Amino acid sequence: MSALAKMASSRLFWPVVMLLVLFAINLVAFPGFFEITVRDGQLFGSLIDILRNGAPTLIIAVGMTLVIATRGIDLSVGAVAAISGAVACSIILGSPDPGSLATVAVAVTVALLISLVLGVWNGFLVAVLGIQPIIATLILMTAGRGVAMLITEGQILTVNSPPFKFLGSGFWLGVPIAVIIAAVVFGLAALLTRRTALGMFIESVGINPEASRQAGVRARGLLFAVYTFCALCAAIAGLILTANTAAADANNTGLFIELDAILAVVIGGTSLAGGRYSLVGTLVGALVIQTLVTTVYTVGIPPIATMVFKAAVVTIVCLLQSPTTAEALSGFRRRLAVRSGKGVAAS
Amino acid sequence: MTKLLEAPTTNHPPRPRRGTGPARTAPTGRGRRRPLAAALGVLTSPKYGPVTVTGLLFVAIFVIGGFRYRGFFSGQVFLNLFVDNAYLIVLAVGMTFVILTGGIDLSVGAVVALSGMIAASLLQTGWSPGVVIPLILVLTSILGLLVGLMIHVFKVQPFIATLAAMFLARGLCYVISQSSISITDPTFIQLAVSRIPLGAGLSITPSVIIALVVVGIAVWVLHGTRFGRTVYAIGGGEQSGLLMGLPVARTKVLVYVISGFCSGLAGVLFTFYTLSGYPLTAIGTELDAIAAVVIGGTLLTGGYGFVLGSVLGVLVLGVIQTIITFEGTLSSWWTKIFIGALLLVFIILQKVLTARRR
Amino acid sequence: MTQQTEPAAPAQGAPPATATAPAPVVEMRGISIGFPGVKALDAVDFRMFPGEVHSLMGENGAGKSTLIKALTGVYGIDAGTITLAGERVSFAGPAQAQAAGISTVYQEVNLLPNLSVAENIMLGREPRRFGGIDWRAMRRRSAELLAGLGLDVDPWSLLGDHSLAVQQLIAIARAIDVNAKVLILDEPTSSLDADEVAELFRVIRSLKDQGVAILFVSHFLDQVYEICDRLTVLRNGQLVGEYLVDELLRIDLVQKMIGKELTALDDLEHRAHAAVVDETDAATFVSATKLGRRGAIEPADLPIAVGEVVGLAGLLGSGRTELARLLGGIDRADTGELAIHGEHVRLRSPRQAISKRIAFSSENRRDEGIVGELTVRDNIVLALQADRGWFRPIPKKKQDELAQSYIQALNIRPGNPDALVRNLSGGNQQKVLLARWLAIAPRLLILDEPTRGIDIGAKAEIQKLVFNLAENGMSVLFISAELEEVLRLSHRVVVLRDRNVVADLENDGLTVDSLLALIADGRVASDDEALDERAPAVAVAAVGSGAGREASAPAGSVADAGPTAPTTPTTEGDRS
Repeated sequence: MSALAKMASSRLFWPVVMLLVLFAINLVAFPGFFEITVRDGQLFGSLIDILRNGAPTLIIAVGMTLVIATRGIDLSVGAVAAISGAVACSIILGSPDPGSLATVAVAVTVALLISLVLGVWNGFLVAVLGIQPIIATLILMTAGRGVAMLITEGQILTVNSPPFKFLGSGFWLGVPIAVIIAAVVFGLAALLTRRTALGMFIESVGINPEASRQAGVRARGLLFAVYTFCALCAAIAGLILTANTAAADANNTGLFIELDAILAVVIGGTSLAGGRYSLVGTLVGALVIQTLVTTVYTVGIPPIATMVFKAAVVTIVCLLQSPTTAEALSGFRRRLAVRSGKGVAAS
Repeated sequence: MTKLLEAPTTNHPPRPRRGTGPARTAPTGRGRRRPLAAALGVLTSPKYGPVTVTGLLFVAIFVIGGFRYRGFFSGQVFLNLFVDNAYLIVLAVGMTFVILTGGIDLSVGAVVALSGMIAASLLQTGWSPGVVIPLILVLTSILGLLVGLMIHVFKVQPFIATLAAMFLARGLCYVISQSSISITDPTFIQLAVSRIPLGAGLSITPSVIIALVVVGIAVWVLHGTRFGRTVYAIGGGEQSGLLMGLPVARTKVLVYVISGFCSGLAGVLFTFYTLSGYPLTAIGTELDAIAAVVIGGTLLTGGYGFVLGSVLGVLVLGVIQTIITFEGTLSSWWTKIFIGALLLVFIILQKVLTARRR
Repeated sequence: MTQQTEPAAPAQGAPPATATAPAPVVEMRGISIGFPGVKALDAVDFRMFPGEVHSLMGENGAGKSTLIKALTGVYGIDAGTITLAGERVSFAGPAQAQAAGISTVYQEVNLLPNLSVAENIMLGREPRRFGGIDWRAMRRRSAELLAGLGLDVDPWSLLGDHSLAVQQLIAIARAIDVNAKVLILDEPTSSLDADEVAELFRVIRSLKDQGVAILFVSHFLDQVYEICDRLTVLRNGQLVGEYLVDELLRIDLVQKMIGKELTALDDLEHRAHAAVVDETDAATFVSATKLGRRGAIEPADLPIAVGEVVGLAGLLGSGRTELARLLGGIDRADTGELAIHGEHVRLRSPRQAISKRIAFSSENRRDEGIVGELTVRDNIVLALQADRGWFRPIPKKKQDELAQSYIQALNIRPGNPDALVRNLSGGNQQKVLLARWLAIAPRLLILDEPTRGIDIGAKAEIQKLVFNLAENGMSVLFISAELEEVLRLSHRVVVLRDRNVVADLENDGLTVDSLLALIADGRVASDDEALDERAPAVAVAAVGSGAGREASAPAGSVADAGPTAPTTPTTEGDRS
């Protein structure tokens, strides 16, 4: 009983329950859901698809988690993803040898470097100019797509470069590359924040900025770091998305992905008000979203209606996290306790 | 015994620092201000500064366009700014209410698409426009009401609550239809093609009239009614408003209803413009609306701003678009970059002006 | 001055101020309010008469603001009755209280800087015409009100364009527009200069003549004595008494506010004597010279020797916290110099102070101290880790050792390093903060009210700790509202009053009474027979710094401002 109560009070409890429910629905609709087969040395199956398709969202959500933990938000990740895809594709297209590994390496490096600049820019607006994060990143969200189109000159850039395509749809040791990249980003973020003092500082600044200041924590460098890291994550996700279709579409690469990423963070139990964060929660959140999309497919609802379900999930999660609900629930529990207490006294 | 009673000899006073400056800096005798200093005072005021800059910017762009391009400097080019952006004006009006309270509404673009889809699909099945349009307005207002309640009762951040509404509206679009539905209803076509001549070869569309009526009502509501002043009061300080006994809760919910209503109406105007419903229309329009409001001088933190400023903001966006069209060699994505740059400039301007004042 | 032997009777027996004896406009009887774990008000009586200025006095946690909130309907009361103009009332909120004639002007001006002066006065009850606001009537009405207060302010100007003082007066204009019977001014003068205070007092007097009962809450004793007719003293949620201002000596007032608390500190009986340290001729660790910050603390000198405990004594708002914050790098000083071991330093951030091994523990535990959602361990290592930087993490094992050792040394309960600090009691949170600061091995530890609001056991432990730390060579700056505590721990006591240092005394034979005298009057009331036996100790004060202060009369308070000398209050008071 107490173990159950302990589990239920864990912040991971509801996200995991949600994930399990979705799995169950899938299993009913499609009995082969959990089957994983090996074909040509590569893993196949619904679960693998979920992991692979969810990888870009997860990568961005990892960066977003750290930003949100500092009481911030980054709306520009979709635009950054589009820019990095556009940069990589235009470099590959412009090179004499689009198929060579060196070209792709240069393209990827340049794309990532540019994303660092964009992240520093966001960090500058938030940390130095003191603009509210939602507004500061709105600027890049608006202008970023324009910049991406500027790079692609309004075209959809299709590249024919096997090494680049490998980023999106390749396999390594049977596992999709996208999943491996996501795992690396996730592990790196966990290592960086939990093995150094970064995580504690991020949480501390998110929970109580003034107390942190008085304890000597430097918030400015911290904000620069998280926004830059988030932009880097966005760029990596953008590269995967672009490589997957082998085409850079400035308008549609990473469209709405900022919302999915925020959603994953929120579902994972990290509060939008900042403070304690859980990367594992974000992982579960990203899986919930991707499984939801898959479920909609398997159950036979028009896939495009996923957004209605996402809306429902956001609403439910927000209402569950709301202080009003918490108050109402605790009031209810207290009344319950009083009643049962009386019962005991009577007996 | 005190200098408070002395009329100040200088004009617009700098705000003294907390607890130090003299108390006798009450700005009085408006007529006595020297014009240059008065102009500076207006420019550096968080209330009038940004909107004045926007006005000057608009005139400047228009004049530059006039010198650069043949046929730019005409009445019809100016009127077309209204014709092409009537729906955006209505959206910006609703967004102004929301942002004045310090909130934000990300759902407006999706709601525009949704109301277009509802209109197109219902008209297709033979409903009368006289029923469809009011129905849309009621439905989008109800959506706004739900968002408002979520924000006020459940203390969900406006950003995330309207995000949920955005998902919902966009998703419902797809549920209605995944492809474009064209509108063949004669009333809609009539409204779409008719021009109202203004003489001298100039004309506007009925949408412009509707948008201007909405603007007029909004100006009156914001500046002439208690509700409107409460909207400003919430933006200036919600706690203070509560302590003053103002109906903060009701007002906060109502601004989202207004925004929902305006989005619905904007959607209808948009269908007059496009004569179809398409689930992917108006993606990113919320950003245009927010940009118009911010460029129009409304502070994103709330409290300062004018509906007419937002209209001016829409016109600035419109004239940039027009210039790019006239330029020919400039591609459309420059619009986005320009809007982003303008947003940046105005947000920093706001930051500077409020930091100086507070 | 000689009536002092006859303390004014408590509320129940005190006669009204004047012979005409009108009925009280407000009468609160037996008011009790409890919050979880705290009894904020315990059977408090309070009353106000029309046409008088009444002051509510008390230190932190005395229950002043709770009583005001009970009167204005912000808090419901658990027991007692409130009578307004003879009728039992119970307000569901400030709006109702305001409608009934009780208006409040808060310390933080609760007006809207983005709206016009006229709107700020009239908002919520604008005159209307044809469904809209009648702007012309609004302007007329607000202009009348402003003129009634003698304010020449354009009603159409933006509120935010006016100084805080004018905003305050506009807030009063708003308050009296609702035909206020009772006007509550909560700390109205805390950020005003002398001229502005004089202007405010002019307005208060004119309202008083109109029969409004005014509740004036201020930390400035001089102002209370200048403007008030009667005052009520609260301490720890209980009524100490109601007194006529003319009949209560300042020193008695201060004593009643601070009280003498018996603490369980018998084992610390041997006081920290100045002699112990002074004999070693210890070097000065930190020395502030004319250190000041506008609107917070007038330039002050403060040397602190190695291993010395310096106590700051003074009332709330006297500048005791403000001075400490400058030393801790929390606020930047705008005048003066700071030297550490004779070397000139500028502290621009807490971080820099920490790197100099100066630790500041804020009085505001919740907002500036603990990081509630983090664990005890994280809270303890936070400052040390911040000093080391991101990439030199303290190894997990070391963290545990640190946490465990402090948990044991300071007796933190529960002793679980993984518990969230939010869930600890106030005293244990305070100990966690102490552990955080001790972990950086500070050479100067600044403790701002470390024992406030915590239980007696924890209090004794913290006091003992301070004592031991100093014995081991750490300098401590100790701030407390409890003079007993200051005296028990300090080698030296610096007394502040109205943002000025008024005395800097060796703690050699100092008594609570002598400190009280300094806090109350800024000098020794040597003509007062009650103090004569303590005269020798106090004489140091008079010579040491009292004289210097007289010479450099700052503009921080009315009493010092010249024309409105502190002799006026008695004559003013008679008029009510």
